[in-house]
Amino acid sequence: MNINALIWFLPLPPILAFFLIVLVANRKNWISHTLAILAVLLTWAAGMVVFFQAIQTEHLALHPFESAINWFAVGSGYFQIGVLIDPLSTMTLFFVIWTVLMIFIYSVGYHNFGQPKGDHDRPGLPPHGATLSDAHGHKHTVMSIEPMYARFFAFIALFAFGMIVLVISNNLLTLFMGWEIMGLCSYLLIGFWYAKPSARAAMIKAFMTTRVGDVFMLLGIAYLYTQTGTLTYTEIFRPAVLEKLVATPAVFGLFGWSAAALIGVLIFIGTIGKSAQFPLHVWLPDAMEGPTPVSAMIHAATMVSAGVFLVLRMFPLLAAGWEPAAGQLTPPMMFMTVIGSFTALFAATIAVAQNDIKRVLAYSTISQLGFMIAALGIGAYVAAAFHLFTHAFFKALLFLGSGSVIHGMEHGVLHTNDHIDAQNMFNMGGLRKKMPLTFWTFVIGGLALAGFPILTAGFWSKDEILAEAFHSQQWVVLATLALAALLTAFYTMRQITLTFLGKARTPAADHAHETPWTMTFPLVVLAVFAVGAGWFGIGKDFPLLGGLLPNVFHDFVGSTIGEAEVVQFSIWPLLISLLVALGGLTLGWLVYRNYQVGEVDPVQKTLGSVYKILQKKYYFDELYDTIFVRPAVWLSDVFANWVDRTVIDGFLHAIANVVGVIGSFLRNYIDKPVINGFGDLMASITQRLGFNLRPVQTGKIQQYMVYALTTAAIFAAVYFWIISSR
Amino acid sequence: MVPLSWYMIFAAALFSTGLFGVLARKNAVAILMGVELMLNAVNINLVALWRYRTPEGIAGQVWAVIVIAVAAAEVAVGLALFISVYRRRKTVVADEIDLMKW
Repeated sequence: MNINALIWFLPLPPILAFFLIVLVANRKNWISHTLAILAVLLTWAAGMVVFFQAIQTEHLALHPFESAINWFAVGSGYFQIGVLIDPLSTMTLFFVIWTVLMIFIYSVGYHNFGQPKGDHDRPGLPPHGATLSDAHGHKHTVMSIEPMYARFFAFIALFAFGMIVLVISNNLLTLFMGWEIMGLCSYLLIGFWYAKPSARAAMIKAFMTTRVGDVFMLLGIAYLYTQTGTLTYTEIFRPAVLEKLVATPAVFGLFGWSAAALIGVLIFIGTIGKSAQFPLHVWLPDAMEGPTPVSAMIHAATMVSAGVFLVLRMFPLLAAGWEPAAGQLTPPMMFMTVIGSFTALFAATIAVAQNDIKRVLAYSTISQLGFMIAALGIGAYVAAAFHLFTHAFFKALLFLGSGSVIHGMEHGVLHTNDHIDAQNMFNMGGLRKKMPLTFWTFVIGGLALAGFPILTAGFWSKDEILAEAFHSQQWVVLATLALAALLTAFYTMRQITLTFLGKARTPAADHAHETPWTMTFPLVVLAVFAVGAGWFGIGKDFPLLGGLLPNVFHDFVGSTIGEAEVVQFSIWPLLISLLVALGGLTLGWLVYRNYQVGEVDPVQKTLGSVYKILQKKYYFDELYDTIFVRPAVWLSDVFANWVDRTVIDGFLHAIANVVGVIGSFLRNYIDKPVINGFGDLMASITQRLGFNLRPVQTGKIQQYMVYALTTAAIFAAVYFWIISSR
Repeated sequence: MVPLSWYMIFAAALFSTGLFGVLARKNAVAILMGVELMLNAVNINLVALWRYRTPEGIAGQVWAVIVIAVAAAEVAVGLALFISVYRRRKTVVADEIDLMKW
């Protein structure tokens, strides 16, 4: 089979599923989810074929699978639609299709397929549960099916389509289209329960915030196009083109940068929005308003990965002019380093003080993405790609696991009729006995996130980032990331301890229940990856383990940007990463193992007022509300009420009034008296004439004859008078 | 020989008599008789002028014969109408036959 044809086929099943569900199947829940899952299963199968073809191809980086067709003519050239499978997209495709497939399967269970309809469920609100009565007339409440079940599958199918288009695209234009489709889907899915005001606010916030980044990104793409005349990666990354970009000064001579630097920074701002980096991170925690599979979709498999994928993809341009030996970073790399490492630490500190199980994970995502961005900033291309790869699996696992926990808790809430927040970790505890499968997979994911040594994938990728930072002697970056990693391990253990260990702190937690197999099966699959994904990137000279398995990741993905430099093994970064991971985990366990119901959070006791700041996320929402939202609302108010209603409407009303006055003048003084008067006059003259002439018609024949005779006589007289006067 | 103008004067007198009858009499039959008088006045004119002006042709005589024929037909139709009117309305007074009046 022609491999290129197969690559073109990859995005088709999800988009077909989307249209079929929306147009045809939306009334039948089981058809809808069958269609969606079948579609991603097809994509998954085709993607795996492509994957194995790709990894078996020698020198794939030099001869990638690429094909393109002309789309529409612009100026002297064409915009193209094309596909490209090189090592980077192979890797991304692999984790995307796996996580997406698992999330689709998980969604069936999460939305309570097979459960009865809820008593008071309405579209736009989460299901509230249904009351059943058994044979003895005993009533009890169970979970009820999501009212908009089919719609959910349509949306995530479209989402999957967007991501696959983005991954396999061979140019920035189609990448941007996939990027925007995902933006739309994230908007729709975050606001899936649109009847909740908080969900509505979150959907708008996510859309607007990412839009800020997207505008800059589009500027960057446009600028790139004006400079190079092409948007195809292979064309842009030719050495001659890159050299020319580096040699060209930026437009207006901005900051004394080269064109390459300005384009790089602009495109990277797109990533800041999409991957929720500081200062555009605010949308991601609020995005937890969506259903949990959506959170997994956004935070692991697709959307935030797309941002990092973009900078990985554009790395040759971002790093154009970089001399690794001289140690001087290019402006975009500098920018990425600062943003990435700051975000990593910043988000990790907030995560420590969050109580919502999903919010902790949201901030950990922001933090981990910061790791990747920082790694790319210091030139650690392979390490960043590796962390993206492992993170996708263990973060999807964690999100799905937290969804499973919430689901179990909601079961307990319905059972006990005790209305507590099912997402607050302080209401949980002791869930390891109730939900063993969820517990073990969550622990695996959590340990991977914390970077538990040797076993988990997260350790290998995070260790590699720290090693690269050490190797390139970026001490500040190293220190920041190490601190962030310490906090990561701490809050992960805090989460695990509060959620699963100890005793149940509420009756609901005591009645929590393991979730159905459709939810636990994806957890198990992803847990395998959360452990195993790291084994393919172990450094060759790592003590004992190095070389046991080939360092596939480094050789394969690294070849995308030419032969990446092999980092010499050094004991210090390994020690640091061991220390922070184990230290953080131990600390987290020690602090929280004896936590009792009603106690103040131990972190709050230690940190005091700082805790409040952390819990309020450094007041960024309030800050943005003051700086951007309120002025925008105020400005809209001014524009609506003053400019629009007063000035523009007033002007229009004035014109209308003047026209009205002129019109009524014309009507009253011209139309009515003159024109109508003339018409009426003619009519009344005719009428009066007819009325007055009527008596002539007597009906008496002799009278008529007299008239005729008289007339004839008059005519005769006139005639004779004329003749005689001649 | 009697001069032409006598015939003309007589015809004019006869015509005027007929016209007066038509205009002045109430009875429809009398009106019809007036019409006959006017027609015969015309006949006299036709015949007289033929005899005095164009005795070689016969057009005048033919005209007169046609007028007599038409007059006969007209009287027949007219009387038939009056009989019909009389049967319905019990009158032959012209002023009373005013169905067509507005």
